[in-house]
Amino acid sequence: MLEIKNLHVKLEEEDKVILRGIDLKIGPGEVHAIMGPNGSGKSTLSYVLAGREGYEVTEGSAMLEGQELLEMEPEERAAAGLFLAFQYPVEIPGVGNMTFLRTAVNAQRKARGEEELSAADFLKVVREKAKGLKIDADMLKRPVNVGFSGGEKKRNEILQMAMLEPRMCILDETDSGLDVDAMKLVSDGVNALRDGKRSFLVITHYQRLLDHIRPDVVHIMAGGRIIRTGGPELALEVETNGYADILGEVG
Amino acid sequence: MALAAAKETALAAREAALRLPECSGWLGAARISARARLAAMGLPARRDEYWRYTDPASLNAPQAPVAAVFRPGDEAPAFDGIDRFRIVFVDGVFDAAASDDLSLAGVEIERLSQAGGSDIHWAQGIYGVLEARGQSPVQRPYAALNTAYATDGVLIRATGRATRPIALVYVHNSETSDAILHHCIKVEAGAELTVLESGPAAARFCKVMEVDIADGGRFHHIRVQGRDHERRAVTHVFARLGAEALFKSFTLTANGRLTRNEAVIELCGPDSVAHVAGAAVGDGDFHHDDTVFITHAAEHCESRQVFKKVLMNGATGVFQGKILVKPGAQKTDGYQISQSLLLDEDSQFLAKPELEIYADDVKCSHGSTSGAIDETALFYLQSRGVPRVVAQSLLVQAFLAEAIDEVADEAIAEDIRGRLEAWLARHAAKAGA
Ligand SMILES: Nc1ncnc2c1ncn2[C@@H]1O[C@H](COP(=O)(O)OP(=O)(O)OP(=O)(O)O)[C@@H](O)[C@H]1O
Ligand SMILES: [Mg+2]
Repeated sequence: MLEIKNLHVKLEEEDKVILRGIDLKIGPGEVHAIMGPNGSGKSTLSYVLAGREGYEVTEGSAMLEGQELLEMEPEERAAAGLFLAFQYPVEIPGVGNMTFLRTAVNAQRKARGEEELSAADFLKVVREKAKGLKIDADMLKRPVNVGFSGGEKKRNEILQMAMLEPRMCILDETDSGLDVDAMKLVSDGVNALRDGKRSFLVITHYQRLLDHIRPDVVHIMAGGRIIRTGGPELALEVETNGYADILGEVG
Repeated sequence: MALAAAKETALAAREAALRLPECSGWLGAARISARARLAAMGLPARRDEYWRYTDPASLNAPQAPVAAVFRPGDEAPAFDGIDRFRIVFVDGVFDAAASDDLSLAGVEIERLSQAGGSDIHWAQGIYGVLEARGQSPVQRPYAALNTAYATDGVLIRATGRATRPIALVYVHNSETSDAILHHCIKVEAGAELTVLESGPAAARFCKVMEVDIADGGRFHHIRVQGRDHERRAVTHVFARLGAEALFKSFTLTANGRLTRNEAVIELCGPDSVAHVAGAAVGDGDFHHDDTVFITHAAEHCESRQVFKKVLMNGATGVFQGKILVKPGAQKTDGYQISQSLLLDEDSQFLAKPELEIYADDVKCSHGSTSGAIDETALFYLQSRGVPRVVAQSLLVQAFLAEAIDEVADEAIAEDIRGRLEAWLARHAAKAGA
């Protein structure tokens, strides 16, 4: 599904190198988790994959189902099936959440040569998916993320993901800021999308989320590299011992 | 002194190219006194305080600079879907064939050019009167010139609730037309009227609209200034409000080499409300100036100014807005916001927001900002599959929304939104090409 090879990234405006050779291969239907200390480059990796400006790829590639992501515009990556649930979802005053969702869904359908959803069909689907995530009509009407609580913003990310039905989902700390019940809602939302074909890359600091969304593979990232890869037990090890041992081993 | 002499010469040349319409009676008298006002002021110059940001040279020139007529193709005219009463002027000349018969329930309509002969007329207390009041403390020479030289216009008196909006349609057909129109509107106590204006009007257009709203009267004004790229316009609205009266004005401007829209509003009776708003979008050779002066002369009045401009490829936006609260105008609620969205570094926004308050129990706020498009929001939208140009258009529309929300009628607001969206799509396509 997603294959990242030797990815090196620096900041465009400064001589600061953030990613120093990332290799990562996620097969169809697989769930991978990335953990790692603050500032290790996890969000940068997700932004670079999604196509945010400000970063320069100095080496490497990232292929999504055989297509080079790094040469596409962000909207083309989305249409190709990539989705990033932001660590910090963006507030957009003046753009209604519903308008935003419908524009996004229809833009992707159009890019793929599919017919746009009728207003009625769209409404029906949104209402149903929103209900599952306990997102009320008021939140759908309000401007995108404006005045949403931290947890509401994260639930709104998952709603977008559910509406867009991407093939490769990256979740950047979607669990942070969620209370116990919301964590369950969000995890259920994610698990509902697991169909054996869709793949996930879950960035998190906590084992707790991984109790709900069981990963197949866990990676530890530090200093812009993946320094360890293992099974779900690796997350448990981090949870109990922190990163000191792992960093020491490699260091 | 040199300035005064230069102004006199410029005025003499300007007036020499104009013809004072023949008329006697009340209108003739009004024209004569306007000419005297104009002579005392002279034409505006760059050194005048309120002309620093806008060059009046092309307005001062004796002949209208040539402006190509723009053919919008099969684009629907503004307010096309709105059931409206049409009064059409082509290059400033009344077009009877294209206009509806001048009769509409709830209003009296008369052409200025046919109303002047008598000694008394209801418009006597308005024509040139509100304009003259509006000359102090800021001089507006083009308004006085207009009162003196206007060739036509409409006098509208609303006595009840007009069944349909009155649409003044300004067609531009000649590359050198120089139109001067003057309208007077009287909204009688408790009456309600909506006036729509649309079209580029002429190569150069000078317009005055004087609006007198009696107690409890309600007046709505929505204007779409024509899309001709090369047109120039200097327009003024002078409004006087009685107690519990309502005045709402919204203008959409897309294109135009020079636009100066002045609004001079006086809240004279308690509990009256005046809102003026504008959304302007300009690409390239575009200079758009909103100059607003709102006077609170009575208690418990509310005023709101909402001006938003989207500028690209070297376009310039100007906002000069003032709220004056007179002694005794307690419980005034005054709000003013002027913002620009600069889509590149070549464009600029010049703002001069002012408050002058002589009462102690008032609530007045003003703010002015100038910013670029929010790249983070743009990326967020793109990451959801929304193409960059569509995402930018969404953000621009969101930016303009507060101004468009000032249009109370939903069908008209939709028309405005549709026009803006189409303009943005065309200009994004141009930028992308
Ligand atoms: N646009 C930027 N400008 C300056 N520094 C940046 C930028 N983007 C990332 N960095 C720096 O790169 C490093 C990696 O940041 P990144 O956000 O990817 O870390 P992270 O692993 O997601 O951390 P966290 O766990 O705290 O979310 C940090 O030192 C950060 O300050
Ligand atoms: Mg991060």
